[in-house]
Amino acid sequence: MTTLTVEANNLTRIYGGREAVSDVSFTLSKGEVLGFLGPNGAGKSTTMKMLTGNLAPSKGSVKICGVDMIENPKEAKALIGYLPETPPLYREFTVDEFLAIAARLHGVSGKHIKTAVQRAKERCGLTEMSKRLIENLSKGYQQRVGIAQAIIHNPMVVILDEPTVGLDPIQIRDIRALIKELGGEHSVILSTHILPEVEMVCDHVQIIDKGKLVFNGSIDILKQQRHGNKLLIGLAKPPANDELLKVPGVEAVEALPNGLLRVRYTAGKAPAEALVQAAVSKGWGLHQINPDQTSLEDVFVQLTYQDAAA
Amino acid sequence: MILKVARKELKSVFASPMGWVILALLQFGFGTYFLNGVNEYFEVMSGAIRPAERTGVTMFIGQSVFGLASFVMLFSVPLLSMRLISEERRSNTLPFLFSAPLSLTEIVLGKFIGLVAFLSILVAMIAVMLCTLNAWADVDFGYLFSNVLGLWLLVASFSALGLYFSSLTAQPVVAAIITFIALFGLLIVDRFLTGDETSVANYLSLMHHFQPFARGLIDTADITYFLLFIVTFLTLTVRRLDADRLRG
Repeated sequence: MTTLTVEANNLTRIYGGREAVSDVSFTLSKGEVLGFLGPNGAGKSTTMKMLTGNLAPSKGSVKICGVDMIENPKEAKALIGYLPETPPLYREFTVDEFLAIAARLHGVSGKHIKTAVQRAKERCGLTEMSKRLIENLSKGYQQRVGIAQAIIHNPMVVILDEPTVGLDPIQIRDIRALIKELGGEHSVILSTHILPEVEMVCDHVQIIDKGKLVFNGSIDILKQQRHGNKLLIGLAKPPANDELLKVPGVEAVEALPNGLLRVRYTAGKAPAEALVQAAVSKGWGLHQINPDQTSLEDVFVQLTYQDAAA
Repeated sequence: MILKVARKELKSVFASPMGWVILALLQFGFGTYFLNGVNEYFEVMSGAIRPAERTGVTMFIGQSVFGLASFVMLFSVPLLSMRLISEERRSNTLPFLFSAPLSLTEIVLGKFIGLVAFLSILVAMIAVMLCTLNAWADVDFGYLFSNVLGLWLLVASFSALGLYFSSLTAQPVVAAIITFIALFGLLIVDRFLTGDETSVANYLSLMHHFQPFARGLIDTADITYFLLFIVTFLTLTVRRLDADRLRG
């Protein structure tokens, strides 16, 4: 049975007559990781602020595990862990002190605070930094403290606004692993600019542009759009295009400026083997054959700019 | 929950040297005045022959110490209150409190109580210092109590006002300056309109309501004034923070 952890209905936010977010609706079930994509200023952070009760929506409603954010903010907020764009850190405290305060304010009972702090530190790789002042930590470690305070009370829903900004590649890998792990028992919403990240950790993707949802669906749909039915082949002595079109499955051939050929084929009939055989028997001088992947960036650009193009 | 926020605030005052330095410096000032008061008392009283010229030791020393305290608080409360909200605004830590399961009232009350708790340490130390006189004289505890209560209410009102101005801006220094000017204005507003005992300015002046306490008179009207003053500014602060949530 799937339980809905987040329900957003027609979320709209108007700033001075301009709709920063308009009519965003979605649901999230337990154990899912939702990726929020969008160019700068698209309304990602605004949406997240509304989800966490930091900003009142002009229209629409948010429900966390069935609890309405506007009517019962305290109960709803207790179910959320939130890392804003800039990690909210009290720089004068040590990591331990800060996490203890975070646990206490999120209603972790007195005797469980120590274990909660310990657990959050282990999960975010902060154990070594316990006694250091947050002020003196590097940007990456500060980011980790930010994530630690968001998961300290074991919330149902974890909302992370650009969690991997400012981290080095190894840390990014750790944090992605952590997000995947969190996705097991909690629901996670994260926003990011880094597209491969979405592919790696998310089950669901939403692309938001100019305040509107332009794509909402499973990551597989996005991947399908990415792996079009195309092959990229390099031939030293390319024959006429007609020759290539005779290979079963090939629909179209297009010469690219870098000397390669892009072969479009019928879905489900990958002609790679037939192409290689033909190339060998006819001496075309095959030196390269690859599936042609549209990069996620291209898909993203297609989706976010289709309005402008139309 | 309110106390958890208060505890956080108190901890943050003592996390930096700031809290300790203020405590030490102010206590040094009060201590000096106290000692001077004791010395002067003997000089003045040995010259006072007629009974009418004589005043009690509590009143003599209390007047100078509490007079200094109310004056010093005018400067130190804005310095302490300035960072309560504006610092959080500047370093983007407000979302931390807003997304915790706390109501705005709890956040504001917590911050207020945290600051008042810190200032209460100062007030309590003054009280203890004056109580030590009891070792060789009879302290007028009634007079002392009225002064301590008055100072405490005054300081709490300062804090409420400071908290409000701190919520208006993201610059702690601006908050401190506005708070100081506002407090100064409220303290001296009755000076400009002397003579007319019934004028509105008299009702508004903080000093006007503090003076009865300093004379040893506890008047419920004055207590009500201070409480209303505090409630007004705390309510305004809650409304200001709510506007953040509504307008963004």
